[in-house]
Amino acid sequence: MTESGSRRGADEGGTKQWELVVGLEVHCELATATKLFCGCPNQFGAEPNTNVCPVCLGLPGSLPVLNRQAVEFAMRLGRALHCTVEPSTFARKNYFYPDMPKDYQVSQYDQPINAEGHLDLPSGQRIGIERAHLEEDTGKSTHVGGGGRIHEAGHSLVDYNRAGVPLVEIVGRPDLRSSEDAKAYAAELRAILLATGVSDAKMEEGSMRVDANVSVRHPGEEFGTRCEIKNLNSLRSLGRAIDYEARRQIDLIEAGERVIQQTRHWDEADGRTHTLRSKEEAYDYRYFPEPDLVPVVPSAEWLAEVEASVPTLPAERREAVAEAAGVTPADAALVVERGLDGLVLAAIAAGADPLRVLTHADHNLAVEGADALDPRALAELVTMEADGALTATQAKTVLAEMVAGGGSPAEIAGAKGFEAVSADALGDVVDGIIAANADEWDRYVNGDDKTRGKLTGFFVGQVMRATQGNADGKAVTALLEQRRGG
Amino acid sequence: MADATPATTDTAVAIAEAVRSGERSAREVLDTHLAAIDAREGEIHAFNLVLADEARAAADEIDRRVAAGEDPGPLAGVPVALKDNLCTRGVATTCSSKILEGWEPPYDATVVRRLADAGAVVVGKANLDEFAMGSSTENSAFGPTRNPRDTTKVPGGSSGGSTAAVAAGFAAVGLGSDTGGSIRQPAALCGVVGMKPTYGRVSRYGLVAFASSLDQIGPLTHTVADTARVLEVIGGHDPADTTSIPEAMPALESVLGDGVAGLRVGVVRELMGEGIAPDVAARVREAAEVLAAAGAEVGEASVPAVTYGLSAYYLIAPAEASSNLSRYDGVRYGLRVDAPTTPEMNLASRTAGFGAEVKRRIMLGTYALSAGYYDAYYGKAQKVRTLIIRDFAAAYESFDLLLAPTSPTTAFPLGAKVSDPLTMYLNDICTIPSNLAGQPAVSVPFGAGDDGLPVGVQLLAPALAEAPLLRAAAVLEEGAPS
Amino acid sequence: MPQKITRDDVAHVADLARLALSDDELEQFTGQLAAVLDHAADVEALDVADVPPTSHPVPLENVLRDDVVTPSLDRAEVLAQAPAVEDDRFRVPPSLGQEP
Ligand SMILES: [Mg+2]
Ligand SMILES: [Zn+2]
Repeated sequence: MTESGSRRGADEGGTKQWELVVGLEVHCELATATKLFCGCPNQFGAEPNTNVCPVCLGLPGSLPVLNRQAVEFAMRLGRALHCTVEPSTFARKNYFYPDMPKDYQVSQYDQPINAEGHLDLPSGQRIGIERAHLEEDTGKSTHVGGGGRIHEAGHSLVDYNRAGVPLVEIVGRPDLRSSEDAKAYAAELRAILLATGVSDAKMEEGSMRVDANVSVRHPGEEFGTRCEIKNLNSLRSLGRAIDYEARRQIDLIEAGERVIQQTRHWDEADGRTHTLRSKEEAYDYRYFPEPDLVPVVPSAEWLAEVEASVPTLPAERREAVAEAAGVTPADAALVVERGLDGLVLAAIAAGADPLRVLTHADHNLAVEGADALDPRALAELVTMEADGALTATQAKTVLAEMVAGGGSPAEIAGAKGFEAVSADALGDVVDGIIAANADEWDRYVNGDDKTRGKLTGFFVGQVMRATQGNADGKAVTALLEQRRGG
Repeated sequence: MADATPATTDTAVAIAEAVRSGERSAREVLDTHLAAIDAREGEIHAFNLVLADEARAAADEIDRRVAAGEDPGPLAGVPVALKDNLCTRGVATTCSSKILEGWEPPYDATVVRRLADAGAVVVGKANLDEFAMGSSTENSAFGPTRNPRDTTKVPGGSSGGSTAAVAAGFAAVGLGSDTGGSIRQPAALCGVVGMKPTYGRVSRYGLVAFASSLDQIGPLTHTVADTARVLEVIGGHDPADTTSIPEAMPALESVLGDGVAGLRVGVVRELMGEGIAPDVAARVREAAEVLAAAGAEVGEASVPAVTYGLSAYYLIAPAEASSNLSRYDGVRYGLRVDAPTTPEMNLASRTAGFGAEVKRRIMLGTYALSAGYYDAYYGKAQKVRTLIIRDFAAAYESFDLLLAPTSPTTAFPLGAKVSDPLTMYLNDICTIPSNLAGQPAVSVPFGAGDDGLPVGVQLLAPALAEAPLLRAAAVLEEGAPS
Repeated sequence: MPQKITRDDVAHVADLARLALSDDELEQFTGQLAAVLDHAADVEALDVADVPPTSHPVPLENVLRDDVVTPSLDRAEVLAQAPAVEDDRFRVPPSLGQEP
């Protein structure tokens, strides 16, 4: 077998030998009251062309004035991403585009406000952040006729309400190796945006927009030629687009062709990526320093103020829960995402069994107002459950009541008639049921596992009926086993 | 000072004081100027648009306020010609370009508001080289302006319309913009005072940008005192312009009589040699003698890097312009030439809308910024700019002010230089360095050339030193040959 | 300084700047731009390696405004200036995938 033949043979095994390399560029709109360079409202969903002025329309003679809040949000986000906040300048990125009123975008180029940070995924994987810089958003075109698609004729209608809205572009390093990781990164970034309050990060409204740079390679080799995928409006699209694009590139290479560096557009409807333009058509942006704006040079005091405004971040919060509950940070992800970590930690501190608290938070508290629960009441409930005073089902019912209207778990359980069945009393009930169902008991004791499984259900049901549901299923099962062995 | 006042036209200071005191009505002042326009505008073509009706309404309002015992302000009833690159709400602002023909801005430039608040009366939008790119006002889509002193000659440019309006008595004050000499050079060629303030002294908000880091608005007037008064009105911090200087405007008009005793004035050696007409150089030397006679210490200064000014300027200004003029794309306002796709529509509109000089500069600037050339052209020019600032700083260790020609020659015939851009650009060698350094400079009429046409001499000062600059200008005005 | 500007360079630059040039204009502009760039060659002799660039003549920094809403323009006034309008928006021909 020739060498090339052998390599070919190795590739035929499918995608196992291929490694996916993904880096994400995320644009997020900052939650300021006004635009980046003018006092027009930064507002989603307004009537077309009502939030516009000479500045954001790029009218001749108009000049930009930088929004302090946008700068501070960018700095806060930068610190949350462990970046260094640097003295920064703005540049003009020149290209013609009808959505862009001046036909240049004011963006930070060689001196971005935030440089070199990272983001830790719940899995513990650390993803590098190259930069997170400020820039202005464009207006929005609607394509009319030709099926509404960007490639087909018809015409476009432009609304400049979004033009000039402040954006931070977060450029991630190509450290991601699967579509799942890419989704986790986007989700984590979203959590940070929300936690810091700098953006409402709504992918469906476009306030958080993700572009994916995708390439494939054999592990250990140089990076392959990458394609940039645009128009990813949800985490689901992000995952699907990356998987599709990786497959497309692998198929190309395996067919002896080459990947061409391109910008591609994800079409959610047909589940494919389509060429927007190739590198040869890439723009010569002719960046140069924006003469209408002056440098931003944060003083030590200003930086300290910003630093103080950074809240505890999701990764640290996961750590805290993991440590208190004795689980992994990944196990703590859901409660942190739901904002219930404060409640969980307080309940544990009040003496509750950590795993039971986590279980309730994961399964029974995905409801509005859950974070307002009194942690001592939650601890009390969990303890009642642990002591057998409440069954799991009863505890869930009581908990729902507590979220809806407050109150002590003991009182709610009492009002519902959830009476504790003592261990002795439960033993008596079980013995009575066994005596009344001798045939079934005989088959339970002597039958195979499958038979015993069925009959466990029968006996538990009988006990429940006899106790009006106040018995704990697990305790009954345990008693049955004890009686069988004893 | 009274001797320096032109006999045929009234100064802004004289008009404002007469109107404020009720001695003259704003309406009568305006009618005098409108009559001058009627008589000579056909020949001069200073204006793209004369706003006679609006001006009459504004003048009547001034008179009503005076009658009611109010003070309409320091420019009460003063007729003003606005360069047609200053935005006026609801009034066409064309930049003398087909691409903006008919465009009516929805807002006023900051200077326009400040003039109105001071009682000034706008009589019209004045002609200019298209987008202020030129030195003769021949690059206007609406035809050239002629020099009122000799209508076979150019008025200079690009603020040729505003300057000619003042020189012809159509307005007492003109507002121009100066990116490489566009106020001072026409002032010299038409025999009026023209000043470029320190970069950032006057808000650029509402000035249609040519080269943003160089553009500065300034006055064109009959006298230095008028310049001081207008500058006090239009200058000072504006939060709408990020590059606006935060310091307050110093008092100017009240210090004009303070003289130059003890001031050190250096004649710039590098701007007195090759390329400067002998009659112009002779007037500059005479001006130095006038200053010396008034008590200034006059010497020779050297600012070596100014010789690179023209080269740096013709890379920086077109580069910024190429970006500033991208927005004229046929989408939101101005000229659109229909085509099947947006890129083709952009191309067709821009090709039809821009004149040759604008296209030339857009291409030069695009080239200077394009991939692979930035460092060699734009980047290097920005470094030369640093050298010029350093050399000026060194000269200002020995001198308080510098003296130089404004224009290398007196006014030249229409059409003489239009076919050779580089020759036209050389008109600006003496004025460009102040723009690159962001420093103030003023051109003061000082006698005539061998052809009998006006010569302007230029005083230069460090940033923010408008007060000593105008004090010296007043001394030159007083001592100018009659 | 780089090599002399060519006709092709000028054609490329015109393309970038969205300007159409006739053959005659292309010829004429090439010569004129070359003359200006030749003149600019005098800065070649300067040693500016250690000189920082100046992009603002007046050194200012941290010029910021408060995040306070100010009135926007009246839409009718804005759209009255537009070459083509539909549904309160600016109407343009198709862009055909030119999205950046
Ligand atoms: Mg960007
Ligand atoms: Zn706006």
